[in-house]
Amino acid sequence: MSEWILFEVFVRSKHGLNHKHVGSVHAADANMALESARDLYTRRNEGVSIWVVPSAQITATAGDEKEPFFDPSQDKVYRHASFYELPDEVGHM
Amino acid sequence: MYAQLVETGVKRVKSLEEMTPEERAFQERIDAEIKIEPKNWMPDAYRQTLIRQISQHAHSEIVGMLPEGNWVTRAPTLKRKLQLMAKIQDEAGHGMYLYSAMETLGADRDAEIDKLHSGKAKYSSIFNYPTLNWADMGAVGWLVDGAAIVNQVVLQRTSYGPYSRAMIRICKEESFHQRQGYEILLTMMRHGTQAQKDMVQDAIDRLWWPALMMFGPSDADSPNSAQSMAWKVKRMSNDDLRQRFIDQTVPQLEFLGCTAPDPDLKWNEERGHYDFGPINWQEFYDVLKGNGPCNRERVSTRRKAIEDGAWVREAAVAHAAKRQQKQNAA
Repeated sequence: MSEWILFEVFVRSKHGLNHKHVGSVHAADANMALESARDLYTRRNEGVSIWVVPSAQITATAGDEKEPFFDPSQDKVYRHASFYELPDEVGHM
Repeated sequence: MYAQLVETGVKRVKSLEEMTPEERAFQERIDAEIKIEPKNWMPDAYRQTLIRQISQHAHSEIVGMLPEGNWVTRAPTLKRKLQLMAKIQDEAGHGMYLYSAMETLGADRDAEIDKLHSGKAKYSSIFNYPTLNWADMGAVGWLVDGAAIVNQVVLQRTSYGPYSRAMIRICKEESFHQRQGYEILLTMMRHGTQAQKDMVQDAIDRLWWPALMMFGPSDADSPNSAQSMAWKVKRMSNDDLRQRFIDQTVPQLEFLGCTAPDPDLKWNEERGHYDFGPINWQEFYDVLKGNGPCNRERVSTRRKAIEDGAWVREAAVAHAAKRQQKQNAA
């Protein structure tokens, strides 16, 4: 089985929500991966749509590089709504 | 419990001061309850321990299908047969989730399955007992899956991300297993003939102690526990998990109108827990070593399933290649 292709499985649970990574399957090709993913990850109506992607096709950030890579977003508090203080009289905004 | 006696290969837990900077950063991350993910640095012993633990857990799910498979063709009604098949399919699914989690550590699925078939890898001792009457299907669901839930609920907080996520998925599905098992027994006790009620008691008498053994040896005899707990690949001690299981199971046992084969089982007001009699650990070690009633049969059934299925896997690859060729030509 290890000589089969490893696919990552993404399932959309309800219309309107994003596909979410749920796990992986081994399969001879993408069609078989879809069928296996259905049997494995949607036995109880968990999904309305499935994507399978060969794991080798995914480019990811390196686990331990987390800090330097995400550094640029660390010091920009003004990007958050809570940064802006408004008087209570303004009400909810 | 689905993983018993997992070797860590570590004789003594290192203190923070003794660790290398990498080991220390890793341990501090665990202490802060931050999950370890596949691409993070981890000590080799942590990786190897997890591969052993997760593969053992996965093997248990897969071998665990066999005692139940024994009753698919003999289920008393079509409804029970469908439920049993759904449960068995879930166990296969749980095995797959776990093998996938194991593969994120760099382990090879076929290689680990080979270890199961050659007797090098363990699986839970409980699946080496035979399922002799229909009530066993109820008792397995109630007691065996019940014990599994106690263990797995805690493992949802395990430190390795993919393992933790697999546990969360599995726990969602397990409660169906336990409830369907208990309902089988309840139906037999409420509406059954005397012979059927006797079958329920017989099943409990045979499976009670093996179910308690699922949590593994007593804390005093678990040399690997300290390191596993420090790494948070294990979150509660064997004895604590066992006590929790007994405390929640005895009232259910009484509700059934059955008894446990343990004369020492009684409520201890002072401790706030049930006391119970000594466990026959010799039996546990014998079964784990391969000498339980069904060890040989279980492993040879698994081996045969893989060997007999070889042509299907080859055909799938051939079919995929042919389809690819057609697509390229078009």
